Amino acid sequence: MSLTVKYFASLREQLGEAEQVVELASLPCKAVDVWQQLQPQHALAENILVAINQSYANREDMVEDGDELAFFPPVTGG
Amino acid sequence: MPVLLLESDFSPYQRLEDYQAQCVRPGENGAAVSFVGTLRDMHDDQAIEAMTIECYPDMALKEIATVCEQAADQWPINDSLVIHRYGNVDPGDTLVLVAVWSAHRQQAFDACRYIIHYLKHKAPFWKQEKTSQGQHWVTTNTEDQGVVSC
Repeated sequence: MSLTVKYFASLREQLGEAEQVVELASLPCKAVDVWQQLQPQHALAENILVAINQSYANREDMVEDGDELAFFPPVTGG
Repeated sequence: MPVLLLESDFSPYQRLEDYQAQCVRPGENGAAVSFVGTLRDMHDDQAIEAMTIECYPDMALKEIATVCEQAADQWPINDSLVIHRYGNVDPGDTLVLVAVWSAHRQQAFDACRYIIHYLKHKAPFWKQEKTSQGQHWVTTNTEDQGVVSC
């Protein structure tokens, strides 16, 4: 079971990677659980936002096989 | 209600003229309101040499389209056009264009302000400014007053 995980902006720089395609036997699981499995050395900061399949989500929401999960800091567009 | 993301500089006024000529039905609208956001060369007393805008393209298109649909649900607008830049931007370049067409001016003003407000707060773009001191990520957006909530 695979999952695409994306990181953006300052978070991408901090982690040193923009995208991972990972095999996770634990799917389906919470977005925050994916973070903890992939980034065990970094706490998920409170201001970091989560999206599942390009829509805002809560970090407790479930991700499933084939989903695209994204983590990013507050947005500053416009 | 098209939404475009562009990596190169564009003329918002030419885009408006082209879109109005090609896609807006003559006589239908009594009002066209547009907002053009441009990169200034100063921010917090620091000279801005350039900016890089990072985006999450698929989600940005989706979020902006949703905001435009929400505006169309709240006000009787006939059409809208949103264009947002990403990539490397120089001072003076256009960052964003929001245009709204409707029968009357008040709903066009309200819808345009709603779209730019929620675009700034929801669409996944991140600005990185380059100054003589180096590069840094912009962490806060300017606030708009008096915008109706979603």
